[in-house]
Amino acid sequence: MTDSPAHKTDLLMDDAAVQAAIREVARQIAVGNPPSGEVLLVGIQTGGVLLARRLAELLQRQWRMTVRVGELDISMHRDDLDQRPAPEVHATVIPFDITERTVVLVDDVLNSGRTARAALDALTDLGRPRRVQLAILVDRGLRELPIQPDFVGKVVKTQPGERVVVQMSSDGAAGKVLLEKPVGR
Amino acid sequence: MRWSRKDLLDLQSLSPEEITAILDTAREFKAVGGRAIKKVPPLRGRTVVNLFVEPSTRTRISFELAAVRLSADVINFTAEASSLKKGETLKDTAKNLQALRADFIIIRHSAAGAPHFLARVLDAHVVNAGDGAHEHPTQGLLDVFTMREHKGRIAGLKVTILGDILYSRVARSNIWALQKLGAEVTLCGPPTLVPPIFREMGCRVTANLDDAVADADVVNLLRIQHERQRQTMFPSLGEYTSLFGITRDRLKKMKPDVLIMHPGPINRGVEVESDVADGVHSVILEQVTNGLAVRMAALYLINGAHGGTPEEN
Repeated sequence: MTDSPAHKTDLLMDDAAVQAAIREVARQIAVGNPPSGEVLLVGIQTGGVLLARRLAELLQRQWRMTVRVGELDISMHRDDLDQRPAPEVHATVIPFDITERTVVLVDDVLNSGRTARAALDALTDLGRPRRVQLAILVDRGLRELPIQPDFVGKVVKTQPGERVVVQMSSDGAAGKVLLEKPVGR
Repeated sequence: MRWSRKDLLDLQSLSPEEITAILDTAREFKAVGGRAIKKVPPLRGRTVVNLFVEPSTRTRISFELAAVRLSADVINFTAEASSLKKGETLKDTAKNLQALRADFIIIRHSAAGAPHFLARVLDAHVVNAGDGAHEHPTQGLLDVFTMREHKGRIAGLKVTILGDILYSRVARSNIWALQKLGAEVTLCGPPTLVPPIFREMGCRVTANLDDAVADADVVNLLRIQHERQRQTMFPSLGEYTSLFGITRDRLKKMKPDVLIMHPGPINRGVEVESDVADGVHSVILEQVTNGLAVRMAALYLINGAHGGTPEEN
């Protein structure tokens, strides 16, 4: 582990644990939804996009049908834009109609719930899904809004001030999860 | 790149990275404009004042629509209907607007530097919508955005700016943005309207139209500004058209994929023949669409420049 002067970094999940957690999320999505072709995966920029693609691969194998994947940017819908520098805007690419479909929002880490709230607003601008579900690789607790995930790979207890960093290769085939702790606590 | 400027005053002082950040952000705001619901919430609850001391319709409407699509409230303020006519100073007018809790002042003024002055005396965000012959930064940005969208890059592009350049803030903002991003800029027009001093900005200057456009990737036509007493600058509009007007015949001698641009309003039959203005090379109406996206991006970025730390996860 490389420790910066201000942080101490712990390995939270190695590659095997990450792959197991992703398979677990895919399993839960498959349990929660019939293989109807109704399910669309939408990854939240940027951390949820690779994960959504990897989950789609696993679900396609299980369901033997195409699972479509979109990308959703939530920066314009954040609730803290008057308190921070403007976040970089990434692409929203959802090349299908979400109305009357089941949309599974996918993100790597769930914390305060504010990103998920913004994602629900951003999604509403694009159509009216019949149902929206939330799939998360790592739930680190510390919720600030009444939002809970439907599908979770791993629950980790963390403290405020810590950071959970998910690193995935571009094909989603390898990854790890790190916990950065501020030094001196 | 983390945006840190409170105001958008000119392109001369922006870095290539800052210009690119605005263009990249504008790309995503353009996509918003293509949706059924064209409105997003980042400026919810904010007040934008269009302070247009010099008249303008298209730029004001574009800024107004940009602010509305970002969910801001917009007040339009024109010199004719204001206390500026009663002798109030610009500073007092602007301070009054700030006292009403205006968050953004978008200013068009005949005096170069007026937006910079306001930015120094106000806490509100200031956007330059054209100051005298100095700069029109959002026009420069939308022109460069349009070029990049069509050509995929700016570095190495050959761009010719044609016509009434002497007093043109559009030309100056184009030149700054294009040169910072690595384009080669040629200026062409009657020598009275394109003085050789522009060579000091690094531009090629010529009065020979065929020479200026032969290998151009983009030809940006500037409007002949009748209202600025142009009759002393060249003999007649007819002569201007015969020497510098873009006709179908002249278009045939240009690159097959040349882009024809114009900031509007067009003088049909003067700078450009109607068939060319409406033809396949023309992106004049796309420029209008892109102007909206660029202005949304600029307002979004400067709105966020308050410091503070981004929240994690």
